[in-house]
Amino acid sequence: MSKFNLQVNGRSHEVDVVPETPLLWVLRDNLDMVGTKFGCGIGQCGACTVHLDGNPARACQTPVASAASSKITTIEGLSGDGSHPLQRAWCEIDVAQCGYCQAGQIMTAAALLSQNPSPTDQDIDDAMGGNLCRCATYLRIRAAIHRAAELAQAGKEIRA
Amino acid sequence: MSPVAHTPIDRRSFLRLTAMAGGGLVLGHYVLPSAGAEGAAPAAEKVNGLFIPNVFIRIAPDGAVTIFSARPEVGQGIKTSLPMVVAEELGADWKSVTVVSGQLDPAFGPQFAGGSMSTPMSYAEMRRMGATARTMLVQAAASAWSVPPGECVASAGAVVHTPTGRRLGFGELVARASALPVPDEGSVVLKDPRDFSLMGTRVGGVDNPRVVTGQPLFGIDQRRPGMVYAVFQASPVWGARPLSANLDHVKALPGVRDAFIIDRTVPAGQLTGLVPGVAIVAESTWAAFSARAELKVTWEEGRFAKSSWDDFARQAGELAAASPDSPSIAEARRDGDVDKALAASARVVEASYSYPFISHANLEPQNCLVHVQGDRAEVWAPTQNPDGARKIAAEVLGIPPEHVQVTITRIGGGFGRRLDSDPVAQCAAIAQKAGVPVKLVWDRTDDLQHDHYRPGGFHFLKGAIDAQGRLSAWRSHHVSFGSNMGADDYPARFVPNYLLLTSVLENGVPQGPWRAPGSNTYAWVTCCFLDELAHAAARDPVEFNLALLGDRDLVTGTGRKGRPYNAARMRNVVRQVAEKSGWGKPLPRGSGMGLGYYFSHQGYIAEVAEVTVSRSGDLRVDRVVAAVDVGSQIVNLSGAENQVQGSISDGLSAAWRQELDIRQGRVVQSNFNEYPMLRMPDAPRKIEIHFVKTDYPPTGLGEPALPPLAPAVYNAIFAATGKRVRQLPISRTDLSWS
Ligand code: FES
Ligand code: FES
Repeated sequence: MSKFNLQVNGRSHEVDVVPETPLLWVLRDNLDMVGTKFGCGIGQCGACTVHLDGNPARACQTPVASAASSKITTIEGLSGDGSHPLQRAWCEIDVAQCGYCQAGQIMTAAALLSQNPSPTDQDIDDAMGGNLCRCATYLRIRAAIHRAAELAQAGKEIRA
Repeated sequence: MSPVAHTPIDRRSFLRLTAMAGGGLVLGHYVLPSAGAEGAAPAAEKVNGLFIPNVFIRIAPDGAVTIFSARPEVGQGIKTSLPMVVAEELGADWKSVTVVSGQLDPAFGPQFAGGSMSTPMSYAEMRRMGATARTMLVQAAASAWSVPPGECVASAGAVVHTPTGRRLGFGELVARASALPVPDEGSVVLKDPRDFSLMGTRVGGVDNPRVVTGQPLFGIDQRRPGMVYAVFQASPVWGARPLSANLDHVKALPGVRDAFIIDRTVPAGQLTGLVPGVAIVAESTWAAFSARAELKVTWEEGRFAKSSWDDFARQAGELAAASPDSPSIAEARRDGDVDKALAASARVVEASYSYPFISHANLEPQNCLVHVQGDRAEVWAPTQNPDGARKIAAEVLGIPPEHVQVTITRIGGGFGRRLDSDPVAQCAAIAQKAGVPVKLVWDRTDDLQHDHYRPGGFHFLKGAIDAQGRLSAWRSHHVSFGSNMGADDYPARFVPNYLLLTSVLENGVPQGPWRAPGSNTYAWVTCCFLDELAHAAARDPVEFNLALLGDRDLVTGTGRKGRPYNAARMRNVVRQVAEKSGWGKPLPRGSGMGLGYYFSHQGYIAEVAEVTVSRSGDLRVDRVVAAVDVGSQIVNLSGAENQVQGSISDGLSAAWRQELDIRQGRVVQSNFNEYPMLRMPDAPRKIEIHFVKTDYPPTGLGEPALPPLAPAVYNAIFAATGKRVRQLPISRTDLSWS
């Protein structure tokens, strides 16, 4: 066991775990942040997507030791209050069916929008291809990403 | 599944009764009709100050309306749609409604989610629940104003006296309404559907805000103080037993609390409940997973250790070639004289279709949390069948079912898998030994290798076209793994000379319902072969199929399933889908349209797929158009469209690449890298849905839009390329053309 200091959603947490433990299980079991989901454990489904220093990463493939130096953002910390344009768009478009994949979808989409504020269908397909939705809500996910891009744009215009 | 009979009237006294029994004071044990995954279920101590006309509704003095949703939410949207039905009749303001779910309680009546049955079973009752409460609120207001109740209407959370415009909010009526007797069912008048203002609109899922912020809604998210984590290694070979395992080594690994063999089946002798295996209990999920990587078990592999898919296929071929008198072949239906009609026909088409076993692959792996204390147990489970979960836990633990309290969590995908409660059984067995709360989590390999699979199958078909280009005979031999096509399954009853033969292969493969069981493959076989026959008759497939559906409206059932087939409804959706899709429009080589239609789960649905296949064989589904008749009322338009879109995409996912191989008595595939499912870039580019309203009671949409998709795509591939593919999945076949 080793002690790690993790920066998660702007707060620091000390955990004492085996260094190889995937970040996914540290979040879920040690920190009781269960929004990040387990789907496959081998980097195939994207349900466990978090941000490390703003970049999307598979928490099931990230040993806690290698995440200790990064700023970690999970779905719980994306906005804190559900007000991120993607979260609003997801509710507006009523994307979720079972909802299990959606935290991972939103985290991947958030990284996309931060790189590319007005993505095309093709950009979205390219960015989202690693996130499985067993309920196959893909058309709504795509629509909601476009909608979030609009909401974010409108938000900027209002602030400007 | 037989629905539990339940008392339709005087729900309030029923509630009191249940609250007493559930409160358990009589039994001398305090089990609160417990805080569910997210709130309190009906409990006597909460009655004070609230208006509780029945177990589904509570109104607080501040006007807040709580509606209980009894059915498990698997993503079918039931937690939003059934409360909408209540709220519509009640005249509630949807914005002031809170929906609460989570508890298994007999007061709610049947609580399973399966067979697309929730809507047909509950729609009328939910209307009555809402209407009863509304009637009482109106009476309360009328008596407050001393006016006839007929002059008052309830809407947007208040009762209004129409002639004077006076208004009392529901909250202000709580005290008066609570003092009124619950009116009997007969005296309650339902709303005229023309006055519906909530139903039929698009309403977002009530849990959306919590889903998008990562709240702990799912089974796998549950946690109890002092909880430990478990994994369960069942034998990769079905029906095997563990003889020994390196338990001492495993127990000494970091974070491991215990490791032990469980060597029994519950129910006895069945493969879909508790099966023999090895449990590891640890301090964290990762400790349990890591220890399991070092577990070595010696199995007694049993009689199915040699099964393989290739061998099943060989046996099926032998059965197809055998004489129909062979003892391995049963006759399920015979109409007319098929042999004579085949001999007299202008053209005979012969084909064999086959499809593999596939998995449910719910994205949330199977899991469960159980706490056993003495002769009582609490279960938290993402189950489609909470009563089944209670029963199997009780059987495993050897305690009465009433001593098992079940909390139903949100479910990360059902598709039928979670009608079976094997993870609950395993977790109960482990938790009994552990003595502390235990969370069992399967990994993806457990999930793929210990599913209860959508069965594979083989269909050997012959069809005859007579001199007038009509379908004159249909001969089919279905070789299955347990469950066969029924005597009334389409196109039985529509072909004058019809023979259905069935055989069953001996096998140990656990099987279970997978979204639209039976129909999910029979529709493919049937509609693809009909397409072959239409082309053999040189007729347009839409015209050919409409002609086959004939001119009778209702065709009564005769066989085992015995359900009447409403041919008029089916013709209607086939015509609609042809019109809306632009059927028959010229398309370039490499592009094509195909038709699929099927009656399942009380829904009549026809779909046209438009696909493009590149010369090198890459498939793209450009568009799917669906005409959907599920009766007179769509409850939640957003949810309904989501189900149809999802069923279409799921149908494509299954048809395109899903396939499990079986070798040495086990499933070969172990994770998504070997079991590819549909991803966004391959999803249909466009899905257009046309709901066709008819005067029939509303029925469910979790399943019936799936079966027509696979044949629509296959028939479109034929139209695009001239390639007739007769096996699932598509990925088995090279679609390139030149
Ligand atoms: S759980 Fe990490 S990618 Fe699937
Ligand atoms: S909504 Fe169920 S897996 Fe995506």
